[in-house]
Amino acid sequence: MSKINPTATSNEVSIQQQDFSLADEVALLEQDNAIDGAVVTFTGRVRNQNNGNHVTGLTLEHYPGMTEKTIIAIIATAKERWNIGRVKVIHRIGQLNIGEQIVFVGVTSKHRQDAFAANEFIMDFLKVKAPFWKKERVVTRTDSSNSTHETKINTKTDTKIETEQWLDAKDSDNNKAQTWS
Amino acid sequence: MIKVVFFAALREQLQCSELSLPTDNIKTINDVKNQLINKGEQWQSALANTSLLAAVNHDMVDSNTAVKSGDEVAFFPPVTGG
Repeated sequence: MSKINPTATSNEVSIQQQDFSLADEVALLEQDNAIDGAVVTFTGRVRNQNNGNHVTGLTLEHYPGMTEKTIIAIIATAKERWNIGRVKVIHRIGQLNIGEQIVFVGVTSKHRQDAFAANEFIMDFLKVKAPFWKKERVVTRTDSSNSTHETKINTKTDTKIETEQWLDAKDSDNNKAQTWS
Repeated sequence: MIKVVFFAALREQLQCSELSLPTDNIKTINDVKNQLINKGEQWQSALANTSLLAAVNHDMVDSNTAVKSGDEVAFFPPVTGG
């Protein structure tokens, strides 16, 4: 049996503020799905450091409409390329704290190779094509020495300054996506 | 009219998330950009960033792509999701 025009639908993509349950998502991929023996999931989380900075959280902005359209197109391409069953992509937006889940990609297939490859492919292209932008909250420490003439006492204070900065896109992500062509 | 939207760092630099432009003299993405650059120094410097990406009606395009009345044009920095 050959596959006929594999398509992806909006049901397979969710852009949401609220957290998701890995167990619930796996259950949905497996429910009434006796044909697929493999379930591959990827979960991305907020790290506490980036480029040597101490990160305290981040805010995710996106382009509503284009985000969904882009991810649906990536899923459709994955379905043309591999023999996969069900796909689910979740991406969170808004304010997120350290350790929180940001992104989920789940793929099922009859045998593991297709689900492994398709999952990585979807994640690699999501990173370089889907219009999301991360703004990090980072803490920088400044050592400042204050002296007062009257008391002749030096007080060294360790000041923590929290700033927000937009992340720069990484060449390594673009290079990784290009390995699929 | 053409609707133009901006995101992330670019939106903050321009202090503008969206605006409308009359279609007179606008045929391509480049024409849209040139009209915006004429809005002042802040626009000129923010839009000079060569890494900026553009989309028309939610599809990524290059600067020579044609635009017409009713289109939604977007400008934004390279994406950093996932």
